[in-house]
Amino acid sequence: MEPIRMKYEVRSDDFSVAGEASGKIKRTLKDLGLDASVVRNVAIAVYEGEINMVIHANGGYIEVEINPDKIKIVLKDSGPGIPDVEKAMQAGFSTAPENIRALGFGAGMGLPNIKKYSDEMYIDTELGVGTTITLGFNI
Amino acid sequence: MKIKELISIVDGEIVYGEDFVENDVFSACGSDMMSDVLAFVKEQAVMLTGLVNPQVVRTAEMMDMKCIVFVRGKRPDLSMINLAEERDIVLVCTNLEMFTACGKLYENGLRGASGK
Repeated sequence: MEPIRMKYEVRSDDFSVAGEASGKIKRTLKDLGLDASVVRNVAIAVYEGEINMVIHANGGYIEVEINPDKIKIVLKDSGPGIPDVEKAMQAGFSTAPENIRALGFGAGMGLPNIKKYSDEMYIDTELGVGTTITLGFNI
Repeated sequence: MKIKELISIVDGEIVYGEDFVENDVFSACGSDMMSDVLAFVKEQAVMLTGLVNPQVVRTAEMMDMKCIVFVRGKRPDLSMINLAEERDIVLVCTNLEMFTACGKLYENGLRGASGK
């Protein structure tokens, strides 16, 4: 079976629309009849990724590939890159500005949450070039 | 407990979702930090929060939540109500503080749930 592929743009100009792409992805997966807990895990991980793109990277895009046994997600941005990935993966470590914290984010749980809810996670980042996070979810 | 009982317990006002007040909810969480809700909450149907912005509704959506209770007299704006309408999420306002609202619901049988 050919995998189903989708691509969504993440805008960064308005924090209130952050999550729109994740919501669309979630509804699509749900409509395909996938298991509710898998759908939720994907939704949370992608939502955190989308929020990160808006906070840190001036937006980017999200690619979704649905295979019979696995969902692959690629979160790609052309932002500043992550200087210290190991540190960024620590729960509670945050570089988000105060205005983002006031909105209920920036607690330093983004990347740890993405790892927690996905089955596979690879981070490819280069300073000044951007970050690509590739996620795998077993169905 | 049914959502309509929950509303009565916190002496709340329903802002959106009259059609869903007969639905049952069994667990809840209380937080103003959406990152923590996303990190530690699982299978919770109700979120109590003092935070008011569209990301609250989006967080509830990602978590499959059925109802958001805004505490301390906070009120959702129109953009949040529109989002909730599209996602069938009940919005309730109460003047109670977070601690009191959570306590009353716990006392009446609503429980938290441990995270993943």
